[in-house]
Amino acid sequence: MNLHEYQGKEILESFGVRIQRGIVAHNAKEAVDAAKQLTAETGTGWHVIKAQVHAGGRGKGGGVKLAKNLKEVEEIAGEIIGMNLITPQTSAEGKKVHQVLVAEDVYYPGDSETSEFYMSVLLNRATGRNMIMYSTEGGMDIEEVAEKTPHLIFNEEIDPATGLMPFQARKIAFNLGLSGTAFKEMTKFVTALYKAYSESDASMFEINPVLKTSDDKIMAVDAKVSIDDNALFRRKKYAEMRDLREENAIEVEARAVGLNYVDLDGNVGCMVNGAGLAMATMDLIKMAGGEPANFLDVGGTADAKRVEEAFRIILKDDGVKAILINIFGGIVRCDRVAQGVVDAYRNMGDAMKVPIIVRLQGTNAELAKEIIDKSGLAVHSAVQFQEAADKVKEVLK
Amino acid sequence: MSVLVNKDSKIIVQGFTGSEGTFHAEQMIEYGTQVVGGVTPGKGGQEHLGRPVFNTVAEAVEKVGADTSIIFVPPAFAADAIMEAANAGIKVIITITEGIPIADMVKAADYIKHRDCRLIGPNCPGVITPGEAKVGIMPGFVFKKGTVGIVSKSGTLTYEAADQVVRQGLGITTAIGIGGDPIIGTTTKDAVELLINDPETEAVVMIGEIGGQLEADAAKWYKASGSKKPIIGFIAGETAPAGRTMGHAGAIVGGSDDTAQAKKKIMREHGIHVVDSPAEIGLKVKEVMGK
Repeated sequence: MNLHEYQGKEILESFGVRIQRGIVAHNAKEAVDAAKQLTAETGTGWHVIKAQVHAGGRGKGGGVKLAKNLKEVEEIAGEIIGMNLITPQTSAEGKKVHQVLVAEDVYYPGDSETSEFYMSVLLNRATGRNMIMYSTEGGMDIEEVAEKTPHLIFNEEIDPATGLMPFQARKIAFNLGLSGTAFKEMTKFVTALYKAYSESDASMFEINPVLKTSDDKIMAVDAKVSIDDNALFRRKKYAEMRDLREENAIEVEARAVGLNYVDLDGNVGCMVNGAGLAMATMDLIKMAGGEPANFLDVGGTADAKRVEEAFRIILKDDGVKAILINIFGGIVRCDRVAQGVVDAYRNMGDAMKVPIIVRLQGTNAELAKEIIDKSGLAVHSAVQFQEAADKVKEVLK
Repeated sequence: MSVLVNKDSKIIVQGFTGSEGTFHAEQMIEYGTQVVGGVTPGKGGQEHLGRPVFNTVAEAVEKVGADTSIIFVPPAFAADAIMEAANAGIKVIITITEGIPIADMVKAADYIKHRDCRLIGPNCPGVITPGEAKVGIMPGFVFKKGTVGIVSKSGTLTYEAADQVVRQGLGITTAIGIGGDPIIGTTTKDAVELLINDPETEAVVMIGEIGGQLEADAAKWYKASGSKKPIIGFIAGETAPAGRTMGHAGAIVGGSDDTAQAKKKIMREHGIHVVDSPAEIGLKVKEVMGK
């Protein structure tokens, strides 16, 4: 589950990580009030107005701007809130901005130069351990850094038995070229950051940039935080942070009825049991000349109620011209699934407006085909995987 | 021969008396699997499905000589169950549970690394050696005995592949469902290695999906091994968009090297017979083995 910058920062701060301070605003007036309050609390003269959407590259799309006085705060906040922010990571339509973070200016001049670093904490799948990935090249697209100057990216792997050790925090601070106060501040920052990661059930932290201020403080200026979906049951406070406006509306509905659904752009909807078979079915649709309209895993209990729910979810996408049901019945018997499909189809009435191809294989597959064929409904049946692909080709003609 | 489980495996079920555990233990017993008991803390001393229930895995090892465990414990407690099995001396730990928090698995994976055991899964359908032992949730009848080994991250896609292989008049030595999570105990390479080294296995079907580097690692190991046994491969998720989790927690394209296209390319470069269509796995096995 992804969080907004302001929510991520809230979590970091609760574990003692220094952050660039800010206050969320939902309209221009709130933004001005936030700016005044922030000036009173931090002494900041200028303010940074940052769009809060789940997408990177916000600056490039005009979603992050500096305001040098309250009038500019009002103007810029008014401009950003409500806009469709288009960044390299959003779709062409962009993402609607519902709120901004009014943040303190942390690039103030002082005794030393400011510098920016990159830091993320994530799972290294190859070793099954967490690692801190960091670089002297902060504030830039890390994938670009990895491609052009891979020697400037460092990894520090954490032993699960000990957690992050002080020598590792020191190594990171040294590798980032710091000394004196900034060095000490960085070891504190890294230590707190890893504590936050391991105690919040996060699946990813990306802090870009980590800033060394002109008075040698180390702080998170941005925060991209994801929480492990599998751990939300024990992180209720974070689960409540979910912003459904940032997610696909059909996917939100599907989740509410317990269906694992991912919305795609194609013309053939699909309903499959099992994630691997579901992906394979999407691939087969493509090979048959169609484009998958979704990923949908109905799981083990494909009864009439569940099939009907899945039908309704799939049909919310207007682009769907046909639906392919692919169930490998093992412990669940195919004849039961077939009856479920027939009942669901009948219950749908006029709402069912596209051809259906049902491929049932496994226990009682032939009996299932008979049930479908005798139902008198406009449902094409198949037993072999290839047969199903051929039928998809046929109905798309 | 076979790998991991056979007719002599002494199997216990962790989460024995729960609904999932009960249902699948019944199916396993019906298949002829040697289920010697189960563990449900607090229910020790009772009998369930005609088998003894123990409070701890250690007790099951001591009293009935269990050497293999299958775990149906709910996600919040599953990592603990894995570590308990490892600590008690269980050699093969098969974890069916889906949805274990990553942080828990980081700990469990590290814990078992230092012990003499093998973890399969989590989030997997289990392992079956046809005619001998079904230690999982797969439909047993699909898997006829034969000479083809199967390694797969997915459940139903494994059944699909096995069914296609059987329809070609062939059969299965052992099918290993390794699971679709980001952290799993037995990797694609580990499972392929077991099967390639099994004298009875003449060919291996390797089914992967988007995300991670497991298939590439297996392909590299295979070529370096110099083995003459053919591997037939398929990768699911060519049409999956980047950055989205497709059902399995580990099935997510993170960069350019963990797409289906990239994996298939590296597999082909390392001598694996890759099919693009999931409907052609069986045909390809037949074709390659007939040569």
